[in-house]
Amino acid sequence: MAETHINTISGKPLESQEYLINMGPQHPSTHGVLRLLLTLDGEIIHKVEPHLGYIHRSIEKMCEKDSYTQIVHLTDRMDYLSSHMNNEAVSLAVEQGLELEMPERVKVIRTIISELTRLSSHQLWWGVFGMDLGAITTFLYGFRDREMIIDIFEETCGARLTMNYNVPGGLMFDIHPNFQKRTKAFVAHFKQKLPEYDQLLTGNVIFELRTKGVGILSKEDAISYGVTGPSGRASGFSNDVRKHNPYSAYSQVEFKEALSEEGDSYARYKVRIQEMWESLSIIEQLIDNIPEGDYKAKTKAVIKLPKGEYYQKVETARGEFGVYIISEGGKSPYRLKFRSPGFSNLSALDHMAKGAKIGDLVVIMSTLDLVIPDIDR
Amino acid sequence: MYDFKSLTDSIHTSLSAGLSPIMVTIIEFVIIAFAFMILFTLLGLILVYAERKICAFFQLRLGPMRVGKWGMAQTAADAVKLIFKEPLVTKNADKFLFNLAPFIIILSTFLALGAMPFAKGLHALDFDIGVLYLTAVSSIGVIGILIAGWSSDNKYSLIGAMRSGAQVVSYELSVGLSLLTVVVLAGSLQFSEIIASQEAGWWIFRGHIPALIAFVIFMIAGTAETTRGPFDLPEAESELTAGFHTEYSGLKFAFFFLAEFVNMFIIAGIGATVFLGGWMPFHIGNWEGFNRVMDFIPPLFWFFGKVTFLIFLMMWFKWTFPRLRIDQLLRLEWKYLLPINLVNILVMAFIVLKGWQF
Amino acid sequence: MDQEQLKETVLSVAPETEFEETGGFLNVTIPSARLHDLALHLRESEDTLFDYLFCLTGMDWPEYMIVVYHLKSTTHGHSIVIKAKIENREKPEIDTVSDIWRTAEFHEREVFDLFGIVFRNHPDLRRIFLEDDWMGYPLRKDYVDEVNIIEL
Repeated sequence: MAETHINTISGKPLESQEYLINMGPQHPSTHGVLRLLLTLDGEIIHKVEPHLGYIHRSIEKMCEKDSYTQIVHLTDRMDYLSSHMNNEAVSLAVEQGLELEMPERVKVIRTIISELTRLSSHQLWWGVFGMDLGAITTFLYGFRDREMIIDIFEETCGARLTMNYNVPGGLMFDIHPNFQKRTKAFVAHFKQKLPEYDQLLTGNVIFELRTKGVGILSKEDAISYGVTGPSGRASGFSNDVRKHNPYSAYSQVEFKEALSEEGDSYARYKVRIQEMWESLSIIEQLIDNIPEGDYKAKTKAVIKLPKGEYYQKVETARGEFGVYIISEGGKSPYRLKFRSPGFSNLSALDHMAKGAKIGDLVVIMSTLDLVIPDIDR
Repeated sequence: MYDFKSLTDSIHTSLSAGLSPIMVTIIEFVIIAFAFMILFTLLGLILVYAERKICAFFQLRLGPMRVGKWGMAQTAADAVKLIFKEPLVTKNADKFLFNLAPFIIILSTFLALGAMPFAKGLHALDFDIGVLYLTAVSSIGVIGILIAGWSSDNKYSLIGAMRSGAQVVSYELSVGLSLLTVVVLAGSLQFSEIIASQEAGWWIFRGHIPALIAFVIFMIAGTAETTRGPFDLPEAESELTAGFHTEYSGLKFAFFFLAEFVNMFIIAGIGATVFLGGWMPFHIGNWEGFNRVMDFIPPLFWFFGKVTFLIFLMMWFKWTFPRLRIDQLLRLEWKYLLPINLVNILVMAFIVLKGWQF
Repeated sequence: MDQEQLKETVLSVAPETEFEETGGFLNVTIPSARLHDLALHLRESEDTLFDYLFCLTGMDWPEYMIVVYHLKSTTHGHSIVIKAKIENREKPEIDTVSDIWRTAEFHEREVFDLFGIVFRNHPDLRRIFLEDDWMGYPLRKDYVDEVNIIEL
């Protein structure tokens, strides 16, 4: 440690008891290349300073050179666990600009696959959350069920993670003949397995000790920090885009917005479990009612958006994902901004972790469900 | 009916026939050391394999399957790999302490293993203060952990070492006190006598509820003392990467790894000896025929059977529970286990005073 | 509040505002000097109460730069887009809104990093993605990087 006891990065002096430690960019529980500079007093956290940019690829700059169909492909690489929703956001924004009305079939399929993606993302989150708490077994349970969804995706569009199933103007292909059968099989399977998740973690005394009252985020702070998605809803911030600005087929289905008032890690956990049940219910409502019709609306080979601005938000597994397109009428946007949920959620980390222990920080980070490529873009 | 005393005595007499007493002692020391080294290695190999298979069983997978039949040679292959790995030392590490730390841990494990009664007569160190000796030597290990954490020149290691210092010292109390509960019953600190006193039945059954409470506390505190999950805070991989052994590699890492598993064996061994009758067979009151049949099963089998059961229990904890936080861990010890333990000893003393035990 | 009322409220704080309706929002373009007053008013006033800043970004036009703020009120449900116009393209400066919405702290660092817009009174204005010694601001239209950007 430097003898002057100066924080070499922010230049501010440290108090006599404090020391610095780098968590990441290679660390098992930062889930990617997030680097946190912690200011600690023993085990107690005084400050968390995220240092970003380890996988910054400047996707926004690349978008200024690409055509709209190419841009969709880049969005997979941001929040890779909600790739379908990211694709959908760009597709919807472009369709909004072209004033294209999607066939009902496209809307329903998009919604079903969105919910499957959300389920797979939450399953992975659940597994990893348990692992961060030291219960490694959950990880394998989460993956067992996630595998079934990923297999459905593979059969539908050939890819397992970076799907690119959405294109501006519809879908890349029609669904596979097995799609409905396999999805129904999965829903039936997962309805049996989801209670297992509760048995393994939820009621456990140690688990409750570790999560209840840890990393409390008030509703005012959640709104001020722009913490969206399940993390925001656990603080009582009603922000479900599916409810407030329904897109695709969300206006046709009934579901509850999972909300909680406590705002602690346990609430964030419960909200996500609740969301999995809601997703299952949405899929059940739609899977038998996929209308016949085209899987694609007619678009020109080269898409040119009329001059103007288009903002489209969708609800990904992490929160509100926004696409802001400024078009000058060309085949690529003049400027394109992605409002990624992870970036805003991360900004609240310092506030939430202040005064907590190192073990708590891992829990808080995990319940915020950060995906680093989404933050770095 | 299975007494290893005759075997050890025959070795002793045959050696004494041709050699001076000093030479005999030296040769016997070497034989015992050799036997324990083999046992240590075997235990390591078997327990690592068992842990991987049991863990896989909890996690819906198969575990190692490729090396050998059902992956049985996997741990041996891993051991070979670890031996050939480069022993890295960080630049600013305190080289002497860094290299010393694994040996202190191994030493403590060996010393504790020596007092383990495997069967009648198969007992290297049978002190009359056996229980005291065991609690004393098993706490040497924490010095090794502290040294390892300090000398690594890594803040994660240091935090891990400090955690383990706080943890092991605290839980030592509970281990000692829960063992004392049975010492009150048995009236002796010597392991062979504690076992002999259980001829009529194991203490966990005969000691009423206090013995059961003491057993549960012993298992909790014992698991904490071996720093295994859910008490694996010193090495909490999701918080401190690997805690005190972050910077160790190759054979030195293998020492830490082995010591952890053998420590688990030692805790299970003490638990089996003190609470479950050690190598004593399972007897029920006056059922002569049943007791006779039980006596046919060799004592080594009984001992290792009980130990295996307890080890399985500890692995079960590890693979299903999340990890505690450091303040919760210490609160559990000082606010719950310790007071319960103290009251428990009093109750037990009262029971023994009144002669109420079975 | 409907859009007409919103327009009046904005005009009462910043008279030189231009309005535009595109992208489904009411867009107001104001000079950068007015930004902090207007933002504070919209955040604090009972009948606007824009408490949720969901998107903050910069934009580089040939003659000027703008910083775009997407606001929403979680109580009233209405939205507005504020575009603060910075005339000085060479040394763009604007007041921070991180004291009004906490999320702006990170977003402003991002805009500073990629556009070079300096936010006055920002608590911790440093580059967020790029290294501290990076030359230039990549999202500006006149940014040239012959090594990393492959022109097709």
